[in-house]
Amino acid sequence: MKEEIIIAGFGGQGVLSMGKILAYAALTDNLEVTWMPSYGPEQRGGTANVTVILSDRPISSPVLDTYDTAVILNQQSLDKFESKIKPGGTLIYDSYGIHRKPERTDIKVFRVDAMEATFDMKNSKTYNMIVLGALLKIRGIVPVESVMEGLRKVLPERHHHLLGLNRDAIVKGMELV
Amino acid sequence: MEDIRLMKGNEAIAHAAVRYGVDGYFGYPITPQSEVLETLEELMPWETTGMVVLQAESEVAAINMVYGGAATGKAVMTSSSSPGVSLMQEGMSYIAAGELPALVVNVMRGGPGLGTIHPSQADYFQATKGGGHGDYHFIVLAPATVQEMADFVGLGFDLAFKYRTPAMILADGIVGQMMEKVVLPPARPRRTEAEIAEQCPWAVTGRPEWRKPNVMTTLELDSYKMEENNRRYQATYDLIRANEVRYKEYYTDDAEYIFVAFGSIARICLKAIEEAREKGIKVGLVRPVTLWPFPVDVISGLSRKVKGMMVVELNAGQMIEDVRMAVEGRVPVRHYGRLGGIVPNPQEVIEAFEAEFLK
Repeated sequence: MKEEIIIAGFGGQGVLSMGKILAYAALTDNLEVTWMPSYGPEQRGGTANVTVILSDRPISSPVLDTYDTAVILNQQSLDKFESKIKPGGTLIYDSYGIHRKPERTDIKVFRVDAMEATFDMKNSKTYNMIVLGALLKIRGIVPVESVMEGLRKVLPERHHHLLGLNRDAIVKGMELV
Repeated sequence: MEDIRLMKGNEAIAHAAVRYGVDGYFGYPITPQSEVLETLEELMPWETTGMVVLQAESEVAAINMVYGGAATGKAVMTSSSSPGVSLMQEGMSYIAAGELPALVVNVMRGGPGLGTIHPSQADYFQATKGGGHGDYHFIVLAPATVQEMADFVGLGFDLAFKYRTPAMILADGIVGQMMEKVVLPPARPRRTEAEIAEQCPWAVTGRPEWRKPNVMTTLELDSYKMEENNRRYQATYDLIRANEVRYKEYYTDDAEYIFVAFGSIARICLKAIEEAREKGIKVGLVRPVTLWPFPVDVISGLSRKVKGMMVVELNAGQMIEDVRMAVEGRVPVRHYGRLGGIVPNPQEVIEAFEAEFLK
């Protein structure tokens, strides 16, 4: 088992945190994992992305040229990464703010209206967890319980009362698919 | 069960330092390694092990605090990134001249000048050839994983104290910023004053009645004596060259071509190699773990078996000079580098190799 994932969007959408929670879930499942962020000034207002690799074997390069799965949350990231998905791979994107739709026909494309769903949730901060829910439903890389365990590790204890809300957001994301 | 954690390379350095029983960290923040100082501040080791964590007013101050702390036999360290390490070079020369154990971490970023904050390996010359003035070396360790970031803190200090010579961890922004699984080394207490007095009889600790004062100075106006000092440094370096070369080989047994790369770039090469092998191209990798002392013998040996070597670095060609000296002209040695903070991907690396050797 090996899944090479890019998650890309605007800084502030929770791209890096989503990758981090996925990485912690992989830790819970005894998988090997690397989490490599784009770091630097481009995170402020510009695009942010993170490469997460989960594998049952040791991982060589944390830097990739192609991906099994791309989770795309803005137009710039779609323009940048659509061509880098492996044939037969998966593209998950939120149509919010996307004016040019994906064009590839040799990959599986899933539109997930996560931004709209945050309006139903009445909480915009649930955005990345909704997207994560969709990713888990589509790719099934790690079980939801491992993700919740990951969340418990990522969230400081003073925020643990939000675990339920996060679980609801993940479920919401799964339903959107 | 082992306590497996997930953290950034920079964070691993901080955790490992506390667990090793480091006495003092002195540093000044700079991207991409600020998490070292930040994590130490979060861990608050002054309340547990008694370790001092101090944000100095500048890199120049930080390295001189390390110089002073090391002179007392304490295990002291600093960390910075390229422009900050340039500021430290004078102090580093003094620490080497004083034959003092200390650890300096450089998480390299793109230069020259203030440059970028993105990953680079362009400080190879500075790290391995001296950097500051005079004939001296640091032992230079190049981690490729977060685990090695943690492990090389202990290894660096062990070697530094064994040879009374400073050590450096030469990392890059990738291994500093990426998160990976890590098993932290077991925690141990800081050395007591009595242990330091016993293990470091040279240390400036306050003079007991029974011995002459220990004086720590790097000034020696008698050139004959200064030459003697230099001979002694060089004897230590010869001993280190003979005993402390470290490297890793991957797929070298049947390789027709060899990649040579250090740090996280070696991992990018490894993925490129695995993909090339699927196409039937027999390539292997040597990853120098110590950049000084450089693994001359393994590269020299392989150069008698293979058709060529490909050196991949985040610079315009620095380690390639050491590779070429080891190869002594037996086979072509080519270079592929990205500059200023750009990181090549595995595909790019294999295409560069094919362009040099297979076309």
